[in-house]
Amino acid sequence: MEGVMQTDAKMRTESGAESSPRAPGCSLRHFACEQNLLSRPDGSASFLQGDTSVLAGVYGPAEVKVSKEIFNKATLEVILRPKIGLPGVAEKSRERLIRNTCEAVVLGALHPRTSITVVLQVVSDAGSLLACCLNAACMALVDAGVPMRALFCGVTCALDSEGTLVLDPTAKQEKCGTEAADVHHQGALLGC
Amino acid sequence: MAGVMAVAAESLAGGRARAARTVLDQVVLPGEELLLPEQEDAEGPGGTGERPLRLNAGVRARVRVVCGPGLRRCGDRLLVTKCGRLRYKEPGGSGGGGGVYWVDSQQKRYVPVKGDHVIGIVTAKSGDIFKVDVGGSEPASLSYLAFEGATKRNRPNVQVGDLIYGQFVVANKDMEPEMVCIDSCGRANGMGVIGQDGLLFKVTLGLIRKLLTPDCEILQEVGKLYPLEIVFGMNGRIWVKAKTIQQTLILANILEACEHMTADQRKQIFSRLAES
Repeated sequence: MEGVMQTDAKMRTESGAESSPRAPGCSLRHFACEQNLLSRPDGSASFLQGDTSVLAGVYGPAEVKVSKEIFNKATLEVILRPKIGLPGVAEKSRERLIRNTCEAVVLGALHPRTSITVVLQVVSDAGSLLACCLNAACMALVDAGVPMRALFCGVTCALDSEGTLVLDPTAKQEKCGTEAADVHHQGALLGC
Repeated sequence: MAGVMAVAAESLAGGRARAARTVLDQVVLPGEELLLPEQEDAEGPGGTGERPLRLNAGVRARVRVVCGPGLRRCGDRLLVTKCGRLRYKEPGGSGGGGGVYWVDSQQKRYVPVKGDHVIGIVTAKSGDIFKVDVGGSEPASLSYLAFEGATKRNRPNVQVGDLIYGQFVVANKDMEPEMVCIDSCGRANGMGVIGQDGLLFKVTLGLIRKLLTPDCEILQEVGKLYPLEIVFGMNGRIWVKAKTIQQTLILANILEACEHMTADQRKQIFSRLAES
């Protein structure tokens, strides 16, 4: 679907004011999405959550090397490029998580012996990067017209030192737990 | 569009499948389940899909609904697999089935379908077969005998890099696609090697379908502008040729841009070009 699709789920009254505490009801930062912005890939999307922004491009179903082809379903590849530096182990583990999610949702059996490649580029990182990557990948797959059995999304949750749950933490909120003596948990929730 | 998306999200959140009839021409998202008309009676108030037992079992007439692109059968319901607008076509003729449902989605990547007419580029000649790139996941094969008037002695004059207009005879997910340049009677019917010069460019699949509808306004207006030859391939490729290179480029730019223009903007551009 071409054009801009802006879903305005701004549950915080002040967006960008990271120092002030959020409303006690758990809210997300302002998020926005734009599709079909790149001309080369078959599908592309840019997902923005607060100041975190990820650009995703999808190529597929396309040709696959004989060594990588699977006889009865599509080969899904995810490539995640950080904003600076070469991709490392953290990127590899995130790629794996995103790939497992996409494989569960994409109907690969309709396109055997083809490859579907999702390329993610981190444009800016201000907290909850993995969830933003998942959302961008989903919107790009939808834009490319890859058949899927459901949509997926991600939200990062953090427990701060007092034990209250913070959704969609900023980079500062993600970091401040390490200084505290209590255990700080962080995870990505996946919803279908 | 935002309002429509909010409605779609609400109904998905409810977890209840909607009737296909109520969603016609609206945007549907992957993962939605649609009820066919015959199941709507079962989903009554408070119904969880249990059908009431009937004493006379032969009363329910089963209607055969065809499930088109973007939809899959999921038990008794239709599962939406692509994002787009849901369309429905009434059954033509006397009671032939329950009609066709499909999702009108926008895509750039082509997937071969049997019977589609496409423009391909010859990439290799190996023995008796040409390998033709059609924009799908693998190149299609085209036998040298599949041209009008071709025999083992009289081979067609096809070189690597030529443009071919043909149709698929074999195109499914498990086999390599095969195309031919003759119809079932053995006549070319416009298919074969596309001539010299001209320009080949790529557009989205939705635009091709729009341009190929009967009585397309865009095409009639373009035809009044310059004399031209044009070939549409269902794989998103258009070949156009006019008298001069400049006219060819103008036509190519118009066709690429008309996807995003409203009818008024298009008329403005055409009137400006007709003056100059």
